[in-house]
Amino acid sequence: MGPDPHPGLGRASQHPDWKLPSRRSDAVRAARSSLTSSRGPLLPHVRRGVPAFGGQRRSCVSTAPGIRGNRGRQDREMSAPGSTNPSSSGSYSQSSTPNGGAAPPRQNGPAQTYPSMYASTGYYGPPPHQQSYPTIPAHSTSVPNKTSITNSAQSANYYENNHQQQHHVAPAPYNTPCTSASPSQPYSAPPPSNTQYSQQPFQQQQQHPPYATPGSYYGQQPYHGVPTTVQHPQQQQNPSLVPAPAVGPGAPLYPIVSYPSVPGSGQYGTLSPSQSTSTPGVMPIQMSAPLHQYNSSQPTSTPPVHPGYGGAPPSQMVPTVNGQGTTAQTTAHQHYDPSHQAPQSYDSYGRVTHSTGGPAADRPPSGTPSTSVHSSPGHHQGMQYGYVANSGTSAASATTSGPAAAPSSSSSDDDEEDEDEDEEAGGETSSSTTGSASPLPNSYDSLEGGSYPDSMPPSNDMTNQAQSYSSYGYHTMQPAYRQGPASRSDSSPSHDLYGQPSYQQYSQPFPDLSQLSAALGGLSGVPELEVEALRPVNLLQERNLLPPRPLEAPEPNLSADLRKVNCSPQTFRCTLTSVPQTQALLNKARLPLGLLLHPFRDLQQLPVITSNTIVRCRSCRTYINPFVTFLDQRRWKCNLCYRVNDVPDEFMYNPVTRSYGEPHKRPEVQNATVEFIASSDYMLRPPQPAVYLFVLDVSHNAVEAGYLKYLCDSILENLDKLPGDTRTRIGFLTFDSTIHFYNLQEGLSQPQMLVVSDIDDVFIPSHDSLMVNLKESKELVKDLLTSLPAMFSQSRETHSALGPALQAAFKLMSPTGGRVTVFLTQLPTLGAGMLQSREDPNQRSSSKGVQHLGPATDFYKKLALDCSGQQIGVDLFLLSSQYADLTSLACMSKYSAGSIFYYPSFHHLHNPAQLEKFQRDLGRYLTRKIGFEAVMRIRCTKGLSIHTFHGNFFVRSTDLLSLANVNPDSAFAVQMSIEDSLADSSLACFQAALLYTSNKGKRRIRVHTLCLPVVNQLSDVYAGADVQAITCLLANMAIDRSISSSLSDARDALVNAVVDLVSAYKSNVSSLQQSGLVVPASMRLFPLYILALLKQRALRTGTSTRLDERVFAMCEFKTQPLQQLMRMVHPDLYRLDNMSDQGALHLNDTVVPQPPLLHLSAERVSRDGAFLMDCGNVFYLWIGKCCNEMFIRDVLGCPNYASIPPNMNHIPELETPLSERVRAFLDWLQDNRAFSSTIHVVRDDASAKSTFFLHLVEDRTDSASSYSEFLQHIQQQMSK
Amino acid sequence: MAFTFAAFCYMLALLLTAALIFFAIWHLVLPEYLIHFFFCVMFFCAAEWLTLCLNLPLLAYHVWRYMSRPVMSCPGLYDPTTIMNADILAYCQKEGWCKLAFYLLSFFYYLYGYVFIFTP
Repeated sequence: MGPDPHPGLGRASQHPDWKLPSRRSDAVRAARSSLTSSRGPLLPHVRRGVPAFGGQRRSCVSTAPGIRGNRGRQDREMSAPGSTNPSSSGSYSQSSTPNGGAAPPRQNGPAQTYPSMYASTGYYGPPPHQQSYPTIPAHSTSVPNKTSITNSAQSANYYENNHQQQHHVAPAPYNTPCTSASPSQPYSAPPPSNTQYSQQPFQQQQQHPPYATPGSYYGQQPYHGVPTTVQHPQQQQNPSLVPAPAVGPGAPLYPIVSYPSVPGSGQYGTLSPSQSTSTPGVMPIQMSAPLHQYNSSQPTSTPPVHPGYGGAPPSQMVPTVNGQGTTAQTTAHQHYDPSHQAPQSYDSYGRVTHSTGGPAADRPPSGTPSTSVHSSPGHHQGMQYGYVANSGTSAASATTSGPAAAPSSSSSDDDEEDEDEDEEAGGETSSSTTGSASPLPNSYDSLEGGSYPDSMPPSNDMTNQAQSYSSYGYHTMQPAYRQGPASRSDSSPSHDLYGQPSYQQYSQPFPDLSQLSAALGGLSGVPELEVEALRPVNLLQERNLLPPRPLEAPEPNLSADLRKVNCSPQTFRCTLTSVPQTQALLNKARLPLGLLLHPFRDLQQLPVITSNTIVRCRSCRTYINPFVTFLDQRRWKCNLCYRVNDVPDEFMYNPVTRSYGEPHKRPEVQNATVEFIASSDYMLRPPQPAVYLFVLDVSHNAVEAGYLKYLCDSILENLDKLPGDTRTRIGFLTFDSTIHFYNLQEGLSQPQMLVVSDIDDVFIPSHDSLMVNLKESKELVKDLLTSLPAMFSQSRETHSALGPALQAAFKLMSPTGGRVTVFLTQLPTLGAGMLQSREDPNQRSSSKGVQHLGPATDFYKKLALDCSGQQIGVDLFLLSSQYADLTSLACMSKYSAGSIFYYPSFHHLHNPAQLEKFQRDLGRYLTRKIGFEAVMRIRCTKGLSIHTFHGNFFVRSTDLLSLANVNPDSAFAVQMSIEDSLADSSLACFQAALLYTSNKGKRRIRVHTLCLPVVNQLSDVYAGADVQAITCLLANMAIDRSISSSLSDARDALVNAVVDLVSAYKSNVSSLQQSGLVVPASMRLFPLYILALLKQRALRTGTSTRLDERVFAMCEFKTQPLQQLMRMVHPDLYRLDNMSDQGALHLNDTVVPQPPLLHLSAERVSRDGAFLMDCGNVFYLWIGKCCNEMFIRDVLGCPNYASIPPNMNHIPELETPLSERVRAFLDWLQDNRAFSSTIHVVRDDASAKSTFFLHLVEDRTDSASSYSEFLQHIQQQMSK
Repeated sequence: MAFTFAAFCYMLALLLTAALIFFAIWHLVLPEYLIHFFFCVMFFCAAEWLTLCLNLPLLAYHVWRYMSRPVMSCPGLYDPTTIMNADILAYCQKEGWCKLAFYLLSFFYYLYGYVFIFTP
């Protein structure tokens, strides 16, 4: 073995404290070390300037940008505000108080002007929905024919679109009743049921001749006759849509009648392609709805796109359907087929949690209001106004409660409790809103268009109806279930029971809990997988460890139905997919327990629910989710705290199927990831608009680097794509040694620059004209962006007053909140927050330890906390070629939930690769989704508790993260500990709820729920270990450790993690006493990943690493989503020159070859090949010296090896088949990546070759051991 | 014996310790440290070496603890960004309990010392 790469590793003494959150003493030690860690010098406090100009400390000057050059300089010296030059007076007269004469300077302060700003701009006027909701009735009556399909998936202005559609939806068929209903009629019954009801009989009579009998069935109901008056063109069409659902003619009719809408509602249905092909012809009316676009494309796109949700194959589906609600067996199923077509066009989900089956066919075409989903990949704009009726109600409630709530919330400045309270209070009040629905019936009436006869006694309505409905639903269910088992046996054995937990419950009306949990608890697991995961692997003997394809997340060992609804592993992942029952067991396993979350990820599809009542547990406030248990029709048991809650009336209605009495089929209960449109109860203030402020460095250094032009171009290009609505506001601020504001007030002929040179006490020269409405001032903004690069081209100012500029930005933004984007090219040298160079270049490759991993000053942290409090997120783009102390600067983004981008040695001419990356990143950055004023709370099953969070945010309480901005590219990690035994449950659940304001000013809650089995055997824990998640969590912990303690400490801890695992496995599980390093197969890559981690830029020693780059790598570890992180840690290596079509994917028309993964070792790389290394944010295409000429010619477009240019950064689009396949493969790799990766073509002899070989982590480098050496080292450590 | 300076110190320490007991719960860091430092100085002046020795470890701990606080530009010990980590939270709580015990014991010790000096 070579030189010991981990000197002084003394494992016994230096155990990784953090690795075992469990050990109390260790935890204490860890805490101590982290508390003692900060050793950075305390910088002097914010430098307060001496009044520069005889008592008048502020100087302010405004010039038109074009003429800033010389005069601006002079003007800045003119201190007395009163003496500002004439051009400035114009701008000042607009601000509330001219900064001159007798007016005390403070008058410009924010305190005074903000109020006026509010008033004048009306910015915090009523929230948008308040404005729009009142119009609902009008919509609904005037557009009665619109069908219920609400999804406007891809329309750009989906906000409005959906709004409208939402309104159309509910009342559609009830046009007549709607108008005729007395507005004051106080019927308090859940309106949805009403709609469903009235429709059902109607359909029955009109479209289902076979169901003539149902007439009598419905006849029981008092409302029978009413709907007949509602003649609707669309419904008349139904006969063709629902070709007499043939419903096995002989089959009992009632059940089917009762199910019409139940099961799946096309919404969830993954429709088999064959089914959907006929869709267009079938439903002409639906075609007019925007939805159809999605549908038609669906068959092809669905399967690959949603692996996580993966709809079950149709063959499975059908049986489920059948089992669920019908008597149909496989033969009967064919009867249903034709009828399937009808629902399909509704189907906006494109996939199905279960059952798209026959019953769906019965669903009245107008009845699919709820679907939503949208397929646009980048932005998911789909909205599901599922709860049709409720959208009406919520509108009504918003109307009623809105005006009262808005003023009070906006006036409360001391928002100490913020969304925390807000969120907590939310559910409470919203449920009371439901309660209040009965006293305020008019809204229901008018909106819902209730078809109750006026003569109905209002007072009894609610109870009567509820009862009758529930009994109705329930009775009808029984026959279906009775028949279910019969069909099950021959349909799909793999589904136990009915494919859904809830069905299980219903099948045996109210099963006792133990039964239930037994059924749920993974009894139907996949033993063969487990066996494979547990297969002992001797690392010293087995060399080919990598799977042929990149590793997938392990499947939790759950029953098939639960697995089907479980949260996608890309969104929510746990390090141990089998949660140990006790902390003792967890300690024994020597693996960390934690979650990796990517909560705001761009989703292909997302059920969006508009509901008046967001159903939550009354004690722990958990949102209702697929893993709750319904004890009976009216009660559900929380899966986190086990409290039994009532099912609100509103929830009894299923908007998807428009049926009543099936709470377990609501979208909330069918999807582990849902999004709610929150009511005003979830707001502390009216939702803020999208507000963007760009803070640009224009010092000499910045001009040299030349980023400004590209930035301005990029913003110009994406100006229309900035997420937001008509309220979107934008502002610019530049700084060198002074701060320049830009007056973009609408009506000016050109933008005005206002220069504030008093950086010691920054003030805002004008309050209402600096952040302007993008729509109104677009021309001025464009003007500014075009002229900005030239404006500063002559700048000789070398200083950078970042701190004051940030303070100014904070003051500008604090009334609204929003996003501040900072572009910086050098170390801040002036004013508050100035920094000194701390890096000693000679220490870059030191293996001793790395200094200065902690911030030098807390200025940026404090600023970030202030920003976070005002809902301002700060994103940092650092384009520095010199040391810029990212350690300190990063704090501004870390604690305000921002993101950090770093382009080392950026230069627009000398470094085209960085420039390209910068441009690409900007394109994504400017247009990606954004959520404002967000909070995220993570709840977990009783007994589990959250230990530590990792990521960019501010932790407000032990389970609540405050996120000023939330973006779709940042992820979070959470360490968990087990406080109490989980023995009383077989399932552990985690729920992350993200409450945010969308860029359209909607308050939304995105809820993810993950369900995992609890195990009490160590072997099960190992079988469920997720090696990638564990590596990522360990990386996060190591970063923390290296900052709080030292880098070497963190490295030792990582090594010890491997040693611990191997010895724990050896002593506890492995029965064979074989020598060598034996690990379970599930963890066989663990040592390799840890070795790769140790060689990562963030944690490596010995290799020359610039401090900023190291710190940036650490920041990335904390925020990158798992997939991306794993590619950075352990890149994927493929050989491209001999790709075969074996196992290739066929997507659309292209064939995507799937070359096998190669080990990251030089021995796998041969001179005669071309190899692609996927490092997450960059691809390296390494061309061997003797590489096939044909490959070079066909793919690179160069005649031979020697003619490959040294800095080749793209793959030319050649028409050769080889090139097409390579590009198809590259595109496929890029597909799910937020930031597209750049590609570098690396020649064998180029200098870039070393970068490529540095990533071959299994090889030995000067300072780090090879993989086999590492294994030997582990073995030595074990024998100690 | 008469009312000596030492007796005065004990009396003062008695009162102040009562206050410290609350501070240990409320985590008023700086007042706590200052008060503790203050009566340590008083005991030093009164040449109550035994009592001083008993307090010295805590004094040293306070100094170390404050020296090693996170980077902050304002006085304080707890960093709002890390305090919610379970490790640190647990550590701080444990610290509080230990101090509470210590102050409670020393309260009675001072009471005893006070009475002991008074009684001949």
